[in-house]
Amino acid sequence: MCGIVGLFLKDKSLEPQLGALLSEMLVTMTDRGPDSAGIAIYGTDQNNLAKLTIQSPEPETDFAGLTDELRAAGIANASILPKSTHAVITVGADQIDATRAALAELRPNIRVMGTGNVMEIYKEVGLPKDVVERFKITDMSGTHGIGHTRMATESAVTTLGAHPFSTGSDQCLVHNGSLSNHNNLRRELSHQGIRMETENDSEVAAAYLTGEMAKGKNLGEALTSALDDLDGFFTFVVGTKSGFGVVRDPIACKPAVMAETDAYVAFGSEYRALVNLPGIEDARVWEPEPATVYFWEH
Amino acid sequence: MPVFDLATTELRDLNASLHALDKDGGNEEFEVTNPRGAHAVAVGIDAPVNVQIKGSVGYYCAGMNETANITVHGNAGPGVAENMMSGKVVIKGDASQYAGATAHGGLLVIEGNASSRCGISMKGIDIVVKGNIGHMSAFMAQSGNLVVLGDAGDALGDSLYEARLFVRGTVKSLGADCIKKDMRPEHIEILAKLLSDAGITDVKPEEFTRYGSARQLYNFNIDNADAY
Amino acid sequence: MSHKHPVTTPRKSATFDDYTLSEIRRAAATGIYDIRGSGAKRKVPHFDDLLFLGASMSRYPLEGYREKCETAVTLGTRFAKKPIELKIPITIAGMSFGSLSGPAKEALGRGATIAGTSTTTGDGGMTEEERGHSQTLVYQYLPSRYGMNPRDLKRADAIEIVIGQGAKPGGGGMLLGQKISDRVAHMRNLPKGIDQRSACRHPDWTGPDDLEIKIQELREITDWQKPIFIKVGGARPYYDVALAVKAGADVIVLDGMQGGTAATQEVFIEHVGQPTLACIRPAVKALQDMGMHRKVQLIVSGGIRNGADVAKALALGADAVSIGTAALVAIGDNDPKWEEDYNALGTTAGAYDDWHEGRDPAGITTQDADLMKRVDPIAAGRRLANYLKVMTLEAQTIARACGKNHVHNLEPEDLCALNIEAAAMAGVPLAGTSWIPGQGGF
Repeated sequence: MCGIVGLFLKDKSLEPQLGALLSEMLVTMTDRGPDSAGIAIYGTDQNNLAKLTIQSPEPETDFAGLTDELRAAGIANASILPKSTHAVITVGADQIDATRAALAELRPNIRVMGTGNVMEIYKEVGLPKDVVERFKITDMSGTHGIGHTRMATESAVTTLGAHPFSTGSDQCLVHNGSLSNHNNLRRELSHQGIRMETENDSEVAAAYLTGEMAKGKNLGEALTSALDDLDGFFTFVVGTKSGFGVVRDPIACKPAVMAETDAYVAFGSEYRALVNLPGIEDARVWEPEPATVYFWEH
Repeated sequence: MPVFDLATTELRDLNASLHALDKDGGNEEFEVTNPRGAHAVAVGIDAPVNVQIKGSVGYYCAGMNETANITVHGNAGPGVAENMMSGKVVIKGDASQYAGATAHGGLLVIEGNASSRCGISMKGIDIVVKGNIGHMSAFMAQSGNLVVLGDAGDALGDSLYEARLFVRGTVKSLGADCIKKDMRPEHIEILAKLLSDAGITDVKPEEFTRYGSARQLYNFNIDNADAY
Repeated sequence: MSHKHPVTTPRKSATFDDYTLSEIRRAAATGIYDIRGSGAKRKVPHFDDLLFLGASMSRYPLEGYREKCETAVTLGTRFAKKPIELKIPITIAGMSFGSLSGPAKEALGRGATIAGTSTTTGDGGMTEEERGHSQTLVYQYLPSRYGMNPRDLKRADAIEIVIGQGAKPGGGGMLLGQKISDRVAHMRNLPKGIDQRSACRHPDWTGPDDLEIKIQELREITDWQKPIFIKVGGARPYYDVALAVKAGADVIVLDGMQGGTAATQEVFIEHVGQPTLACIRPAVKALQDMGMHRKVQLIVSGGIRNGADVAKALALGADAVSIGTAALVAIGDNDPKWEEDYNALGTTAGAYDDWHEGRDPAGITTQDADLMKRVDPIAAGRRLANYLKVMTLEAQTIARACGKNHVHNLEPEDLCALNIEAAAMAGVPLAGTSWIPGQGGF
């Protein structure tokens, strides 16, 4: 159970404020989720480069000297930007898999939060305002982003249990609700070779979508399949490299509010999350219909 | 006139002041500014006060209202006027899910659209919606009247008891045991009064279709098992 | 005529036992599931599988009388301006007017008041009898919202938001036409004589994040005065308790599968929800993990029968217990003096559970005007007070023997278990060993 926020910018002049706007939306939702919080920011596409957001329980020791070791392992242009317990490693666009493999050997304690050309994911145990402050989200710019603050239901309160969940390049998902067939689905997806780290139902949803897209579906088609294959209550907000999607289950009990202007499309679990957005007084405010996939793309 | 600016005043102070009013008092005017999506605004009132809320509210505005007149100059979140007993609540904008849920009396007017589950479990309230209503509206609605000038979503009146549903637009689908019914003179009269109470003058009762319970689920019968 | 060879003794099947065979025949005849009242009847691990250790060379008992053993408990200390003070750690559980008669509800109110404890309304709302005769009244807030209104909310002493109950975690209220009398129909705003269909989810919120907002609303309506309880069945006690705390509860009521209902499907009662004994330690652990033990109070119900059960529940970490079935028995339910009437219904005293039919010979689970007269509210109230007194004295006796000057000072370490299941569920050693299954030891 949780609070979700999302912001997709149509007006490029707002991009430097993406992190600040999204942070404020997230902090407003604190009451809905006191356990952990996370944000995914989609930034500028630096041609031929890709990023991995990593997390370590011992950042000082783990991040020290890491780029040298990666270069020695053959990742020629690795560079690192640490941010508290997380860090963004930038490598050549075709080196993500090699970097993952090298990390697994060099630093087995490090977890990869997400990878892609443009996406960075930060998530930790704690209140939204603390998570946002820790990772300096308010300084970040980007084209779109999603955020989540968690009230854990049936799995533990841990860093890895926090949303967003990413199981594909530049893809992530946040979830409000409670799935009821995620354990069976997890077994099936594991059998197909998809890797999940937690017992969390939301991670299964993310893995499911990744699995469907790997079969050739686009995000919209994968979300449509999800309506049949996932059981339970859910509002999902998903991010991909160019876009931002929203879907609610057919019963649609979990809340969802959207606002659109010429400058942005925004999502919040409550209207309260949207009140500080520029021009909100004149925005079109509506609620997504159940069992309907909504998608916005650059 | 008391003005409560929720940007600088605690919600607790607003509701406490409203609760302190004399039940037999006159119609005092209260104004609430900067609600900015706050929850539980103007709840549990039991005095005939007029409350103007300037802005959009969150969940459960006017919850359990008794005798007060409350107007929201903006949108309302889920559960507006839930369990209202009497009085009048007007939403100038849209209302989210569960508008008028389980309410026993009074009049709820929504000038924009209402979302899903409008009038769920209603127990005597009258609800008038100028726009559309969402899916699963009037679920298990026991009594009262739901009037919709626009369209209704899926599963209208699922598991309906004795509430009356009047829809002027289209109904996407009907729920279990909800059927179209004839409009008789007494229904025209009820509807005319409700439209008048809601300040609506540009539509006529004859333009509406009445829906009600088929009463097939009132006593369990094995042949109706598929409806459950 | 004699057989050439010896034949085996006729043997019935343990799987297809007499009860099962009769149920299959009944289902084939009617096409509808079996509906009944009461809680789970089959044997499951329960408090009888635990024993207190008592006094010894290392622990010294308290004398009776002069060396006091206190029993008072306060509920709702977390947020409420007016917590509830009870003289004994035993409350009367929520039971509806509608499923119970007016005189029965009055009897419960009278008895609880004499004993210095609370009663709880049920599905259908608050009656004048109960508010008038029950000094401390907890008002249930259920998915159906039958009879819910702000005046009763404001004159209640506490509010209990019902997520579920032990007999049917996930089921709504059930009241069949036979019991929807004029009065019940009026209170519930239903046509007389119909079978009430039940909502199983609350109409205006789903999930602990939205429940938090609902609790805020209820507190605002009642000026933050009244404790807010959350009642859950025995589903996922660790997570359910954690979420109830996060949603803002003052008190949590946890009802195991032995907890009764007026009416629901037999399969729901026997096959959904965990035994009471299995729920307590996970619930207490959740409170301890959040630093909320004793700050958010825990009330346990479902098969509480005597002072030993009370003491064991408290030893495992509960702040109080609640009784439903036992309270009804105390005021006359299933009494052998009506055996002829039970036989006429095809049953016998102690087995009667078709409470939904409204023909209760004891006059308790009925709306029939003649049957209702069999309960004299004053005499029955006295009986309930006596029974509560006995349970309290029994719990005090045990607590004194364990050296405690307050029943809340009973601990898990005062207990041992007679079998492995109970040891594992309660988290106490198997008698004669230091072994708690799952926790090492020998």
